[in-house]
Amino acid sequence: MCLGVPGQIIAIDDPAKRIATVDVAGIRRKVDLSCIVDEDNPPESCLHAWVLVHVGFAMSRIDEAEAEATLKVLHEIGELAVEREAMLTSEVQ
Amino acid sequence: MKTAPAKGAEIVPLKAEDGLRRHGRLSAKKITLAHGGGGSAMRDLIDDVFISAFENPAMGDLEDQARLPLTQFTASGDRLAFTTDGFVVDPLFFPGGDLGKLAVYGTVNDLAVGGAKPLYLSCAMIIEEGVEVETLRQLVASMKAAAAEAGVSIVTGDTKVVGKGQADKVFITTAGVGAIPAGLNLGVRQVQPGDVVIVNGKLGDHGAAILAARGDLELESPIHSDCRPLTGLVQALLKAAPNTHFIRDCTRGGLASTLNEVSDGTGFGIRLQEKAIPLREELRGFCEILGLDPLYLANEGSFAAFVPRAEAEAALAALRRVDGGQEAAIIGEVTTSGGRVIMDTLFGGARIVDMLVGEQLPRIC
Amino acid sequence: MKYADEFRDSALAAGLAKAIAEQLDALGATEETPVRIMEVCGGHTHAIFRYGLADLLPKSIEFLHGPGCPVCVLPRSRVDDCLAIAMKPNVIFATFGDAMRVPGSKGSLLQAKGDGADVRMVYSPLDALTLARRNPDKEVVFFALGFETTMPSTALTVLKAREEGITNFSLLVNHITIIPTLRAILDDPEMRIDGFIGPGHVTMIIGTEPYGFIASEYKKPLVVAGFEPLDLLQSLHMVLKQKVEQRCEIENQYARVVPNTGNAVARKAVEQVYETREHCEWRGLGDIEQSGVQFNAAFAAYDAEKKFAIHNASVPDPAECRCGDVLKGLAKPWQCPAFGKACTPEIPLGALMVSSEGSCAAYYQYSAVHNEALEEARNAKAS
Repeated sequence: MCLGVPGQIIAIDDPAKRIATVDVAGIRRKVDLSCIVDEDNPPESCLHAWVLVHVGFAMSRIDEAEAEATLKVLHEIGELAVEREAMLTSEVQ
Repeated sequence: MKTAPAKGAEIVPLKAEDGLRRHGRLSAKKITLAHGGGGSAMRDLIDDVFISAFENPAMGDLEDQARLPLTQFTASGDRLAFTTDGFVVDPLFFPGGDLGKLAVYGTVNDLAVGGAKPLYLSCAMIIEEGVEVETLRQLVASMKAAAAEAGVSIVTGDTKVVGKGQADKVFITTAGVGAIPAGLNLGVRQVQPGDVVIVNGKLGDHGAAILAARGDLELESPIHSDCRPLTGLVQALLKAAPNTHFIRDCTRGGLASTLNEVSDGTGFGIRLQEKAIPLREELRGFCEILGLDPLYLANEGSFAAFVPRAEAEAALAALRRVDGGQEAAIIGEVTTSGGRVIMDTLFGGARIVDMLVGEQLPRIC
Repeated sequence: MKYADEFRDSALAAGLAKAIAEQLDALGATEETPVRIMEVCGGHTHAIFRYGLADLLPKSIEFLHGPGCPVCVLPRSRVDDCLAIAMKPNVIFATFGDAMRVPGSKGSLLQAKGDGADVRMVYSPLDALTLARRNPDKEVVFFALGFETTMPSTALTVLKAREEGITNFSLLVNHITIIPTLRAILDDPEMRIDGFIGPGHVTMIIGTEPYGFIASEYKKPLVVAGFEPLDLLQSLHMVLKQKVEQRCEIENQYARVVPNTGNAVARKAVEQVYETREHCEWRGLGDIEQSGVQFNAAFAAYDAEKKFAIHNASVPDPAECRCGDVLKGLAKPWQCPAFGKACTPEIPLGALMVSSEGSCAAYYQYSAVHNEALEEARNAKAS
């Protein structure tokens, strides 16, 4: 359920109506920014932001630092498991 | 109003001053039932829109049949390949093509993937009352250009006009004949375990281009249909890999349906490698947005060829030298295990690629 | 594709799969007594099959495919309501493609389209509003289905319609909420679930707090997960880590998209337009209290149920259909007597066969490659 895809806001078409254009791997679509703007974050602040798009609405700003942190943990888990296996194999030998 | 002769047939242009018949001019802006009524309005339509574009000697004096020299077939083969296909598309014009182009290339490709040299086409049009004459002219001009590109002549045809709502704008049926060279025997039953599966290019573009062009989904897409004649590609492939077993164009239902048909037809399995399947980045984006599987999207200029492994590299090299084949790739192989198409996923798992049920619908909410 | 391809890197998968296998061994899980993890969301079910994740993991883990596919839990009566409206003259009925093939007791929207109803597939509720703008002499009805993720989009669309004074536009609302249903599943005495993979995009709206009871009352771990294959593997690793360390917490693997607090702006729009529905019917699960929303009084003018006087009459699920047991993880799809026989993707009997997010359709079409029981069920159908 709830298909969502990451895309980048490439134009703010109508700040008053909170309408922007998002680009997903070269495919473009008008999206509504209402869910990711407020007094502190006006529509103009969304330009170039990466967002999660669901049914024509930008529902969340994607957090670059969090994405990197997740990838770092993924690398660590994988590397640790491989190291442990290497140790086990050498012990057996 | 003379036209450039199509390649593939000797042409003596018809001339109005030959005195056999007058050349009518169509002044109406829209097609009405009168244009299908058999009277002068219909003759004006046929003269001005169709004959002026397609004219060639095989059409003769608009007899009820085209008369084709048998020597032309026997010179290039020992069997006749004969096929027909009906074409409908909404919208009529889309990025990379239109109904006219589809109607020519679709039939040409059905002949070409059998190894035949396509020679002649027929063209029957069913036109809905109210269609703009200009639209018709554009479709016909496109058919003419496509026929020239594919080296075939459109030699006979028919036109019917039906009432508003009884057809969707224009339907085109083409039939085609070609000659199959002696000794060439492509067929699904020739497919053997160990054969590699080769595709000539990036997949899914036609299906995505049509979906985007319909406009309901409000997507702006740079994807163009892959609509193209396959004759040159098939000829290059067969020259480099003469023991090729089978070729099929991956039209409706996409690659997945084509491979399932082969698997069903042979009882062999097919093992695909997802990472080897050529897809353009924009197509991947398109499919992500709508929750679609690119393997089921239609193509109009792509085939899957079943080639003995020993000839695979030569086949690839040959294809990559031909326009439309630069992205040719080996995407999998035929296996002995039971008739199922299985794909090793990008991520290292495996899954079955089954036949599609009905039309693929977006998966969104 | 940024933020997608990095999380599909197969080079990292092997290491993660190894780490998960170690955890399962530490927990003493075996093929006979597997650790049972429910992925709540249909999007996760789809990803598990699309990437063949089961192939990468030991058999000592079992996925239970949860109820988080709005199409799969759509009751037959609701599809009947859609058809009743769609077949009215002068109506344009707009919906997501997902809902087109779902069978009601009198057919599907796709069949209604064949019978002459003006049914349109749209990508966004905003596109349905555009249809209303372009066709002022028609009544445009949008079928608003989906979980909390989709509610803000339909609420904001209605707010926009009101702002523009568009009156030929209404919504048939079948929005449902996941929390009461999770509680119902946990209360089922037959259920045995060791942990949850939580729905990433729902949580992007509601935040992690509403899941608190799962850890505190039911002592089960839940990890909110993204939708790429590495997201799923990492989330699984996080759930198992909690099991190994004997913790029960609500954790968030999908922090790049999901703030723990959710999206307050989106929730505000939902609260402005909708109120809780006292009773909501789920296919296969039956009536679950307060598990859906409806328009509040202020927005009654946009309520298609009122506009077209629709009375939601319950229609029982087909008797041989075991969708409910499959949804609850009590039966595997191929154990249903109808699977592959009376119920196929071509002619679905139960909703789990309709959407590729439904576990029956997923097993039928994608399936795990080495599954003998499934092969048997499929071959029985062929013979």
